[in-house]
Amino acid sequence: MRLICPHCGERDRREFTYQGAAEILDRPSREVGNDDWADYLHLRENPAGETKDMWYHDPCGAWIVVHRDTVTHAVHSGELASEVRK
Amino acid sequence: MRIAGKGLIDASKRVSFSFDGRRIEGAEGDTVASALLANDVRLVARSFKYHRPRGVLTAGSEEPNALVTTGSGAGAEPNVRATMVEIHEGLEVKSQNRWPSLGFDVLSVNDLAAPFFGAGFYYKTFMWPGALWEKLYEPLIRRAAGLGALSGKNNADRYERAYAFCDLLVIGAGPAGLMAALTAARAGADVILADEDSRMGGRLLAESEEIDGKQGHVWVAEVLAELSGMENVRLMPRTTVTGAYDQGTYGALERVGLHKAAGGHLPRECFWRIVARRSILAAGALERPIAFPDNDRPGIMNAGAVRAYLNRWGVAAGKRVAVYGNNDGAHKTARDLMAAGVEVVAVIDSRIDASVALDAPVITGGRVIGTKGRLGLEEITVASASGERQIKADCLAMSGGWNPTVHLACHMNGQPVWDEAIQSFTPKPGMIPGMEAAGAANGVFSTAGCLADGARAGEAAAADLGKKAAKTKMPKASDGAYALEPLWVVEGKGRQWLDFQNDVTVKDVRLAAKENYRSVEHMKRYTTQGMAPDQGKNSNVGALAVLADATGRGIPETGTTTYRPPFVPVSIAAMGAGAQGKGFAPQRFTTSHAASVERGAPMIEAGMWYRPSYFARPGESTWRQACDREVTMVREAVGICDVSTLGKIDVQGPDAAAFLDFVYTNTISTLPVGKVRYGLMLREDGHVMDDGTCARFGEGHFVITTTTAAAALVMRHLEFVAQGLRPDLDVQLVSVTEQWAQFGVVGPKSRDLLNDLLDAPISDETLPYMGHQAAQVMGVRGRLFRISFSGEHAYELAVPARYGEALYRVLVARAEMLGGGAYGMEALNVLRIEKGHITHAEIHGRTTAFDIGFDKMISREKDCIGQKMAAREGMVEESREQLVGLKPVGAVKQLTAGAHIFVEDAQAKRENDQGYVTSVCYSPTVQSFLGLGFLKNGRARYGERVRLVDHLRGVEAICEVVNPVFFDPEGGRLRG
Ligand SMILES: [Zn+2]
Repeated sequence: MRLICPHCGERDRREFTYQGAAEILDRPSREVGNDDWADYLHLRENPAGETKDMWYHDPCGAWIVVHRDTVTHAVHSGELASEVRK
Repeated sequence: MRIAGKGLIDASKRVSFSFDGRRIEGAEGDTVASALLANDVRLVARSFKYHRPRGVLTAGSEEPNALVTTGSGAGAEPNVRATMVEIHEGLEVKSQNRWPSLGFDVLSVNDLAAPFFGAGFYYKTFMWPGALWEKLYEPLIRRAAGLGALSGKNNADRYERAYAFCDLLVIGAGPAGLMAALTAARAGADVILADEDSRMGGRLLAESEEIDGKQGHVWVAEVLAELSGMENVRLMPRTTVTGAYDQGTYGALERVGLHKAAGGHLPRECFWRIVARRSILAAGALERPIAFPDNDRPGIMNAGAVRAYLNRWGVAAGKRVAVYGNNDGAHKTARDLMAAGVEVVAVIDSRIDASVALDAPVITGGRVIGTKGRLGLEEITVASASGERQIKADCLAMSGGWNPTVHLACHMNGQPVWDEAIQSFTPKPGMIPGMEAAGAANGVFSTAGCLADGARAGEAAAADLGKKAAKTKMPKASDGAYALEPLWVVEGKGRQWLDFQNDVTVKDVRLAAKENYRSVEHMKRYTTQGMAPDQGKNSNVGALAVLADATGRGIPETGTTTYRPPFVPVSIAAMGAGAQGKGFAPQRFTTSHAASVERGAPMIEAGMWYRPSYFARPGESTWRQACDREVTMVREAVGICDVSTLGKIDVQGPDAAAFLDFVYTNTISTLPVGKVRYGLMLREDGHVMDDGTCARFGEGHFVITTTTAAAALVMRHLEFVAQGLRPDLDVQLVSVTEQWAQFGVVGPKSRDLLNDLLDAPISDETLPYMGHQAAQVMGVRGRLFRISFSGEHAYELAVPARYGEALYRVLVARAEMLGGGAYGMEALNVLRIEKGHITHAEIHGRTTAFDIGFDKMISREKDCIGQKMAAREGMVEESREQLVGLKPVGAVKQLTAGAHIFVEDAQAKRENDQGYVTSVCYSPTVQSFLGLGFLKNGRARYGERVRLVDHLRGVEAICEVVNPVFFDPEGGRLRG
């Protein structure tokens, strides 16, 4: 599997560390109730198809939102997490 | 038998090797199989299950029978295919799965008992009693059935792993692959051409066909000469592409030095990961045997293999050869043999209307219904409209048609499609993104067709890559139509073998269908057809046809089995090259490593780091003696310890303080410049992630430390927060762990020691507890922190790593002059347990700040990672297991980590479990064993007696629950 780092280009997946769904970027404020917090932390879709997840590119330190397909294994794009959040 | 003047190798270049101790003469370019056949050795192996005598069936990597062991001792390699092993002087080859000898094998009695050993035999027979399976049945079965054995010794041979990148990977260098590579390379594509053979050319080396009026191999040589002269082409012979993976990644196994004696400068094999933007599967086709009765005797071979041995290696596979097929291709075998002067005793064509233009005895509409010959073929029985007759033959060349080598195309779960005309499966486009099939692998079986299909695929790949291919002039070659009539099974008396490698017969497949294993995947598992190392390359389509017939379905409805990587067996040594022994994981050494080793310290692993365990002095015979002395030395004088392995992260930026407030539970922004604060980090789910210190160097400049084990994890976490959660904050992080060598100078005499070395002396006023400052040590700029993990008056002195070794030696020498010295991890651990300080033994991922008594460190004045979840009910309940100290008060004085805690008179069983012990030590300071552990409602139970039970080690001890700070609870020594 090869993933796209916006800094370094397409690289072997051994250079990356996986973190989970990109929903983790939508952190609730502390005023939000425990149930919503539990959802944010623990409840995940399990999509057959398009998905966005977080990968850390160890050599350059970039956190990347990778847009890929769990059915075809196609990797569409990689976006810097800092850009996604802006 | 070698035929003078035939073949593409020079028979005068003699090479000799041994087979089961017997000296065999071959020629340079021979495989073990061709050399054995040249010497009329037909019996090569005993079969897997029934120990049937077997010989060479094929001339390629699909060989199911002729598995041998090469080499001896630790370098012995079992289960290699004799058809793929190139001979070299002194090569040792042994047959397998026979005792005492290949000719007389005791376990061939299995064959007589065959009626009892059919499909499902093991399942049905060894069901009961279950307890006997592991002890009795399995070892017995494994000994009787099997392939070659491993030596059981460490493999000392060298292997390699490598990576390659290209525009186009062409898999197979036959007519289609060569044309594809040539066309794309001429268009400017960066091409890798890989072929598993030692010599490129594919079937063109095995046939007597001409291209452009030249012999096939001459044309091949010309194309290879052009390709090897091009800078954008890499030729990889002896390289089997073993798997197709995501995003154009291919695995490939190169036999680098296997064709030479071991011990040279070459590695034995190299495992490649090749990343290609496009690939062309030109892997050719595999001929399939015919399932007639007793079709497995040595001397019965695939017709194409018989041609290959003749045309490439100049070897006649027999003296009296019969040919049996259902297609015109088989006639070529008879024609080539006759042209070479070999007697062809019969050409049997299953088709009644076949026209055979050969000057040989021809039987159309014929069937081979039986064979004879105990250790090799002697006679065949042929049935036709004119009755049955026996024909003496020592070789039968059979052809049931050809199967395109679709395997790689199926590695990503795609299903090939049934092609009625060739009665086989072909790949369909898109099964592997970026891959296209060409030539015989694409179901195109004529030479002219392969050349044209290869050129077409090469052009298409070049166009995909944005390159324009010039119009290729097509070489002229024969374009014979491929006509065959389906022929899967011939009925008669005797077993019709389908899967030679796993000893599966037509009857087994029919039995599976009868017992309702109608799905091809079930049939496979029930009969083991296709589950041997060759993955059923010769038998899958045939077995499918039998199953289709037995279940009354067509072949395409019956399905096809799944093909998985690797295409051929790959040695673990090649895949894991470099990862044996110390190569298994990187090793990280501190700057003081050599000095510690010189002092005789055993080095122990801490993550990837190596740290000294203890420094034994003369007269100290156990680690405990050294450790006790080191602890006392630190408490009474001064000790030196390398703490460089702690993670160090430099945090800078206008918002650095706000960022640290967000990742630490406590407030960092209020920390004055020049001060250090202890900090606790949580995971977002409220559990403790790590702890460390945070030193402020300027308004927007901090250096924080992490534990050794969590350094990488914390760095990744902080980057995640900075980039993913708080990109609004202007902050930058960089790991400086390796840039600074840092040493603990610990004990009541620590300041005396430092003041002898520092350019400017320090005092309690200039550097109080939890302060830090820049320091000049013997002219070197460093950093000095007054922090303590031991509870003693202590410092950590950091200098640029290049000064680390020199400073360590000076520090230890000075400490020894003051009655102290170096101390190791054992003493470090005792010192921190005496003070109740936690490590990852306590913050193991399931503990909260509440559990370790740090609940008050979670500031409510601001948001921080983990704050919300740490406050949930259940995370702060009194009944949770809380950190406590444990001190033995009974007869047993020893404690063990991992022991569980019970009420003193309760039964030691799971329901009564009250907690567990995480760390223990013998404390020379307190003169007792001490333990840290977690106990339900523990902080309210100080003074209570509890029972520690370690079921694993059989240790029990009565303890008193105490405050986890065993020594100097007021902390007076820190400030002293
Ligand atoms: Zn990167």
